[in-house]
Amino acid sequence: MKKLYGFLLLFVLALVLAACSSDSSGDGGDSDSGDGESADKKVEIFSWWTGAGEEDGLLALIDLFEKKHPDIKIENAAVAGGAGTNAKAVLATRMQGDDPPSTFQVHGGDELNEGWVAAGKMEPLNDFYEENGWMDKFPEELIDLVSKDGEIYSVPVDIHRGNVMFYNMKVFEENGIEVPKTFDEFFTAADKLQAAGIKPLALGDKEAWTATQIFENVLLGVLGPDDYKKLFEGEIGFDDARVKEAAEKFSKMLDYINDDHASRNWQDSAQLVADGEAAMINMGDWAKGYFSNDLNLETNKDFGYFEFPSTDGEFVVITDTFGLPKGIENPDDVKEFLKVLGSVEGQDAFNPLKGSIPARVDADKSKYDKYGQETMEDFKGARLVPSLAHGSAASEGFLTKVNQAVNIFVTQRDIDNFIKALQNAAPEM
Amino acid sequence: MAENTQTKRKKRFTKDQWTAIAFLIPSIILILVFVYGFIGWTGYVSLSNWNTLVPDFSFAGLKNYIYLFNDFRFQADLRNTLFFTILFIGFVIILGMGLAILIDQKLKGESIFRNIFLFPMALSFIVTGVVWQWLLNPSTGFNQFLSMFGIEPKWYTDTNILAGFEWGSIEFGLPVAIIAVVIAAVWQMTGFSLAMYLAGLRGIPDELREAARMDGASEFQVYRKVVLPMLLPITMSVIIIMAHISLKIFDLIYAMTGSGANFVTDVPGVYMFETTFRGNYYANGAAIAIIMLLLVAVFIVPYLWNSRKGDN
Repeated sequence: MKKLYGFLLLFVLALVLAACSSDSSGDGGDSDSGDGESADKKVEIFSWWTGAGEEDGLLALIDLFEKKHPDIKIENAAVAGGAGTNAKAVLATRMQGDDPPSTFQVHGGDELNEGWVAAGKMEPLNDFYEENGWMDKFPEELIDLVSKDGEIYSVPVDIHRGNVMFYNMKVFEENGIEVPKTFDEFFTAADKLQAAGIKPLALGDKEAWTATQIFENVLLGVLGPDDYKKLFEGEIGFDDARVKEAAEKFSKMLDYINDDHASRNWQDSAQLVADGEAAMINMGDWAKGYFSNDLNLETNKDFGYFEFPSTDGEFVVITDTFGLPKGIENPDDVKEFLKVLGSVEGQDAFNPLKGSIPARVDADKSKYDKYGQETMEDFKGARLVPSLAHGSAASEGFLTKVNQAVNIFVTQRDIDNFIKALQNAAPEM
Repeated sequence: MAENTQTKRKKRFTKDQWTAIAFLIPSIILILVFVYGFIGWTGYVSLSNWNTLVPDFSFAGLKNYIYLFNDFRFQADLRNTLFFTILFIGFVIILGMGLAILIDQKLKGESIFRNIFLFPMALSFIVTGVVWQWLLNPSTGFNQFLSMFGIEPKWYTDTNILAGFEWGSIEFGLPVAIIAVVIAAVWQMTGFSLAMYLAGLRGIPDELREAARMDGASEFQVYRKVVLPMLLPITMSVIIIMAHISLKIFDLIYAMTGSGANFVTDVPGVYMFETTFRGNYYANGAAIAIIMLLLVAVFIVPYLWNSRKGDN
C-alpha cells in the first residue's frame, strides 16, 4: 500500500511539475523568439506566407539574410490559413500577452497604424530610415502609408495593385470589344457581352472582400484619389452624393455577374475568365500569378489586364510591411533583418518569386516579367491610395462591418440601407 | 503482505475515497479553471467595451447584447439556427428511426448496412462540408444530372426565404439555402441516431411485441403503440445530442458555404469567429458566445434536471 501512495505522490508531483514546466518552457520558447538568455542570436519572422510563390520568396529572403549574417539564426514562424486571419489571431494573442515576435507581417495603412501603432506596441523607425538613406527610395505616399503622426513604423517589402481588371483576350477579340476606360464604356461593353451570352464580370464572393474590392475601386473611380483618401479619413461623410453614385454604379456592375458567385472563391471566379465563360474580373494582381503559374495561361495572349474604369494613373496599394515591435530583446539584430528586407537585393530576391513588385523605386527591372515591369513603371508615376478591402484604408473593425454591409447589398441592392450601414460603421474607422 | 491486507481491510473505505479524491482533484481544478473560469471570463468580457485590439475592460452593461439583437446579421443567424435545428433534428430522428426499424427486421447482411450508414460519422464536419460543397454546387455536382430533367436548384446559393415576412430588420422564414446544409448534416449524423435507435429496439423485449400481437394488434399498431413509446427515452437523448451539435455548428458551415449571400447560411459560431478575430470586436464575440451557451443550456438543463430526478 505504501507503494501505491508513493506512486500516487509521484504522479501528482509529476502533474504539478508538468504544469510548471510547461509554463516555463512556454516562457522560454517565447523569449527564445525575443532571444532571451540563449547565447546564439535569433530573429523570429512572423507571417502568413505559406502559399506556393510567397513561401519561396520568404525562403529566398531568409537565405540571403543568413548568408550575410551567419551568426544570426532566422526562425520562420509562418501561420497558415484563412488569408492571414489565423496568423492575425495568433499575433493578437501574442501581442496582448506581451510576447511579440521579433518582426511580423502587417499590411501598411490602418492595419498597422490604427492597430499596433495606436496600441503603442511599435517602435518608430525614422532614424533607421535616415541611416539607410531610404527616405527617397520609397515613394512618399507609400511612406505616408506606414507612418502615423510623422513617425515611420515599418518597412514595406512588396506591392500589389488592387485596381486591375483581368480579361480574356479571345473573348474580347471575338466580340469586338475595346478595353473600357470609363464606367460608360464598361457598361456598353458589358451589355454587348451579355447579349453574346457571356457573363461580363466574374465574381466569387464566398468571402465578401472580393465584392468590397469592386466597391472600393468604384469609389476611387467616382471620387478620385484625394477625396477617396478624405472619405476614409472621415473628412467626407458617407452621405456624400458621390458615395451614393458609387453605390449605384456598384449595383449596376453587380447586374453583370455570374449567378453562382456565392459559391465561388476568387480563384474559382478567375477560372471563369480563363475558360471564357466570363469576360472580366476585378482582382488584385496576385491573380496574374494564378493565371500564369497555376492555369498556364500566357500574359497578353490568353489574358490581358487594364486599370479599373476611371482609375487610370491611380494605384490601389496593398503592401506587406515589417516593423519593430516594442519589448523585444535584440532590436539590433531585427534591424539587421529589416535592413536586408528594405534593400534592393532583398526586395529583388523576394518579389519575383512572390509575383509582386518591389516597394523601392530603384529595384532591378530586368528581374521581373513584363507585367511586373509595366506595373513598376505605373507605380512610380501613379497616385497611391490605400485599399479598404485589404485593411489599409480603415481599421479591421470597420472593414468587417463594410464586408457585412456589402454581403447584404449584393443580394438586396438597397442603396439607402447600404449607405446607412456605412454611416453607422464610420465611427469604427 | 499480511499486514498490508489487514490495514487495507480496516480503513478500506476512507482509503479508496482518498485515492479517488487524489485522482479527481487535478481534473477538477483544471475543469474549474479552464471551463468554468473561462466561461466566467467570457461573460465578463461580454459586458466590457473591449471592441478593439487593445483590451478595454470598462463596464459597458448590456451594450454588446443590445447591439447584437438589433444587428441584421445576428437576427439572420438566429433565424438560420432555428430552422437548421428543427429540420436537422427532425430528419435525423425520422431517418434514423426508420432505418433502424428496417435493419431490425432481421434481414441478411445487417451489419453491412449498419456500417454503411455509420461510416459518414467517422468523417469530420470539415470533410463533409468540402464534399457537399462540390456536390451541391449549382454549376457542378448533382445539378449536372438534375438539369437533364430540367430542374436546377440553386442549393446553398439560393437567397430566397420561404414564407418570409418582415420581422425586425430581417425577413423571417425558411432560408432555402439552409436546406443544402441540412442535407449534409443529416447525411453525416443519421448513422448516429440509427445506432442509438437500433440499440433501443434491441432493448425492447420480444415478449412485449408478442403479447401485443397475441392481443390482435396489427404490425403497424405494434410499432405505434408499443415500440415507439418504448423508444421515447432514446428520442430524448437524440434530440439533446443533435440540438447541441446544431446550436453550436461552425465547422460544417465554415467549410461548406461560409456566411452565404445575404447571410442566408450564417450561424452564430461563424459570426463569433469573424467578428472576434477579423474585426477585433472581442466583447461582441464574447456576447455571442454567451448567447450560444444560453441557447444550449435551454436544452441541456431540463435534461440534466430530469435525469437527476430519475437517479433519485
